[in-house]
Amino acid sequence: MKKRFLMPITFLFFNFLFTSTSYCGNKVLILGTTTSVRDSGFLDKIIPIFEKKTGYFVKTIAVGTGQAIVLGKKGEVDVLLIHAPEEELKFVKEGYGLNRKTFMYNNFILLGPKSNPAKIKPDMNIIEAFKEIAKNRSLFISRGDNSGTHIKELSIWKKAGLNPLGEKWYQETGTGMGQTLLIANEKDGYTISDRGTYLALKKTLNNLKPLVENDASLRNYYSIIEVNPEKFRKVNKEGAKLFSDFINSREIKEIIKSYGQKEYGESLFYLIGQ
Amino acid sequence: MDIIIESFKSALKLLISFDKDTYDIIFLSLRISILSSLISSIIGIFLAFVISLKNFPAKKFILTFINTGMAMPPVIAGLLITILLWRNGILGSFNLLYTPSAIIIAQTLLATPIILGISVSAFQHFPDKFILQLLGLGANKFHLFLIMLKECKLSILSAIMAGFGAVISEVGASLMVGGNIKGYTRVLTTATVTESSKGNFDLAIAYGIILMFITFTINFILTKIQQSSTKRYE
Repeated sequence: MKKRFLMPITFLFFNFLFTSTSYCGNKVLILGTTTSVRDSGFLDKIIPIFEKKTGYFVKTIAVGTGQAIVLGKKGEVDVLLIHAPEEELKFVKEGYGLNRKTFMYNNFILLGPKSNPAKIKPDMNIIEAFKEIAKNRSLFISRGDNSGTHIKELSIWKKAGLNPLGEKWYQETGTGMGQTLLIANEKDGYTISDRGTYLALKKTLNNLKPLVENDASLRNYYSIIEVNPEKFRKVNKEGAKLFSDFINSREIKEIIKSYGQKEYGESLFYLIGQ
Repeated sequence: MDIIIESFKSALKLLISFDKDTYDIIFLSLRISILSSLISSIIGIFLAFVISLKNFPAKKFILTFINTGMAMPPVIAGLLITILLWRNGILGSFNLLYTPSAIIIAQTLLATPIILGISVSAFQHFPDKFILQLLGLGANKFHLFLIMLKECKLSILSAIMAGFGAVISEVGASLMVGGNIKGYTRVLTTATVTESSKGNFDLAIAYGIILMFITFTINFILTKIQQSSTKRYE
């Protein structure tokens, strides 16, 4: 009785195991990008459109900008969508990247606990605010992961003429933006975040409030860069070009303009020149 | 506390509504973990048989090496496999990085030492005299293997369960070699990480609950096989 079922069940079991889920085609494009673009849901919205249009299968590898650049330098990704302008220019200058196009921006904001121990005022610029935090030795939670946000934060400390590394009040999480915001929220710390991730997580961050947000130097520019196929034989030149053109197409511009308005009441990203 | 109750509700809702994304993730997790523990079991149990029967100078060293492998952190396995599979790396021509196959390779690397280590100690418990007797009665190596397997069933199945438990719950290696690509290499554990970093804690816990449920079911089946026809004197 038992044995009679054993064969078909085993058959079904192996059939299930070896059913291929893998995409069998050679039109694969590897996109190196940052967690902030993925976590905001923006990529989930535009990539299916691209796949449908071109027949490509896009493998999105969402890591910190620093890591994405390293992957680009190794020729492990075809196209980059990142946010660290200085590093990007260096990447292009060294011959690793082509056709860098800055296509959208949002801004970074300084967040802090509602008690605001460093007494940051809304009319301060970001450098003054960082100086106040350092003077008061108030807890600052840093990404510490070489991401675009982390690179931005370090450049502000540098401009303020301060070096907080190794200070007791300066703590590095080494994790993504979402996790870092949660830690700052729990520990009553100050931190810097892109607006998109903050808005996405706002409902769980009941202890944090935006303190400095309209400083022009806090602009956060996103660019798309094709990895140079002359350096790496395996880079998908055609796909990278298609994706870059797609990002800069009218259709995507319309999506960027309105993205997030329904959910958060404001756009998460703005077009350059908007 | 509310969030736990909410999570149970959303877990149930995802399961009952046959949410396609969720079921894709569940089936992918199952497929990858079962396949990798199957491959690890075949390699691990066979090698354990060979190692436990032979005496050779480096045996202690090799056993130490295997036992260390049992404690290999998933991120180290992930990093190792990633570097090997880079398309400009040693095995780059296979184009395996960021595919489900890459996760299977990394998980096999993780589970094999666990299954091998426990199986070796199980086989070493098998009485020497019994082996001699079997060989004297004309058993060949294959017969011996089958008999030892049958006699050591309890421990061998524990080994397989430990291996399966390690791979289904592992997140570091899957994240690295799979790339956590939605609808392609996102498994239950990496989906949990993604959702919690997005602040969707209820969904994250819901995935966790589903994962525990699956692990329970698989272990229930394996335990049933393990405990069948084991008699104790009453």
